[in-house]
Formats: sequence, structure tokens, C-alpha cells
Amino acid sequence: MYRSLFPRDVFAELDRLQREMQQAFDLSPTIRGFGRNGFPALNVGTTPTAIEVYAFAPGVDPAKIEVQLDRGLLTIAGERKSPLPEAEGGSRSTVHINERFEGSFRRVLTLPEDADPDAVEARYRDGVLQISIQRRAASQPRRIAVQ
Amino acid sequence: MTTAQTATATSKNPDALATARLPSERPRYSDSTLTPPVDVVEDDGGITLYADLPGVPRDKLTLNVESDTLTIEGESALPVPDGLQSSHTEVGLARFRRLFTLSKELDTEQVSAEFSQGVLRLHVPKAQHAQPRRIDVKVG
Repeated sequence: MYRSLFPRDVFAELDRLQREMQQAFDLSPTIRGFGRNGFPALNVGTTPTAIEVYAFAPGVDPAKIEVQLDRGLLTIAGERKSPLPEAEGGSRSTVHINERFEGSFRRVLTLPEDADPDAVEARYRDGVLQISIQRRAASQPRRIAVQ
Repeated sequence: MTTAQTATATSKNPDALATARLPSERPRYSDSTLTPPVDVVEDDGGITLYADLPGVPRDKLTLNVESDTLTIEGESALPVPDGLQSSHTEVGLARFRRLFTLSKELDTEQVSAEFSQGVLRLHVPKAQHAQPRRIDVKVG
């Protein structure tokens, strides 16, 4: 029977610790999950008037990125081709490191209730896709005048 | 780190005094960086490296070759609206840095680089004497 060299598997422990930490910080886990370490990496933030989504997708043709907003679900999909030569074909090249993402991708995130599907703007710059979704006026903080 | 930042850190946290005295310890957090993923491919002509540096504008990318060390550094400059509150973060740092050791047969004088849409393509050719040659076998 295989016995670990270490009395406890250090890497498994670290992995478990990392997952527990992430769960502890994930204050509102949604039913659809929110996979980390996917491509493109996402940062999400909110201002009083808009929801800003940053998708880190370098080297993707902006014309081929598909951004969809359907019933509160924002989908970012597309494809990134690898610049590396095909393994077959008789090329005399060697791939030493292959860490970059290649292939098609799709990431979905749930937007807050007040996202306005009619006021979405997407820009692609320096390999980052920034999607701004306006929030409905009704949910924006208002100052109420005292009569 | 500027002196002003150190001063506020010290006043907020008395423990910071201890670290403030050790200049070598201070840059640890301010210097933390992301490691960009890379592809490296070699052929007869040389080595080509591709690196993902999303959000880094051209003027914030620094490439440096010193003796046999190649340094790739970049700082991302994302347009962030005022009052943005982060709710989900997968890219938590704005700086990228990665080092590579080049081998002797690479010609570091002839490095060429292109950078577009957050992807760096860097080519280091092999020195003339290191390119593969076909050796004729003489029969005699």
C-alpha cells in the first residue's frame, strides 16, 4: 500500500485550507457557483450608479467576444487560439512552457437584481474587457427632501 | 514607499515601528506581484516567449536584459470609476513581474518584442555560432 512520505500530505492540507478560506470569505454563495481560476479572470465592483465587470482576456479578438445579458445572467464567451505550432506537421520546434489559456471559454455571472439590461456598455482595451451595467434609477440612493 | 505612508502606518499601528526600522523588510507587501502565465517555444532560430499581461498599457511595460537575466515587468492601469466598491476579485494585484535566465547561446543583443492587446511576444534569436549546422561527412 502506498504511504505518503509525509505523515500528512502537506499539499492536500494547503489545498483544503485554501478552499476553506475562500468559502469563509464568500459571503453570498450563489446556486450557480462562481468558479475561480477560470479564463478570463473576473473582477466585479459596484458604484452607486453602475456595476463594473472587468474580464482579463488578453489576446482575444474583440470582434469575437460574445457578451450576453439574459434575465440577470451575464455571459462572456469567446475563443483564444494558441500561437504555438501544432505538435504534428513536422515542425522542428519544442514547446518548453505552456501555461497560457487556449481554446474556447465561457463565464457566466449573476448580476444583482437592479441591473438594467438596456444600459450595458462593453469596451476592450489592453486585453481587458470592461462591461459597465447601469443600475436602475429606482435603486439608486436618493436624497429625500423634507417638506 | 514614501515617508508619508510610513508615518501613517506607524501612528496607526505601534507594531509597525519595529518593521519601519528594517528597511529591507518594508517592500515585501508593496512589491508583491502577479506572475504572468507564459508560453515558451524554441526552434532553430531562437526562442519565442508569449506572456499574458492584461490591462498593462504599452508605456507601463518594462523589459530588461541584464547579463543572462530577462526581466518582464508591467503595471496595469485600469480605468476605475470613482467610488467603486469591489465585490469579487480574482486579479488582486496590479503589477506583474517574472524573471527568466537565458542561456549562453542566445543573442541578448537582438531581442525583439511586440506588445498588443495585453499579450507580449518576445523573440530571442540564437547567436550565429549556436545555430544548427549540417556537418558534412567526408569519405576518404
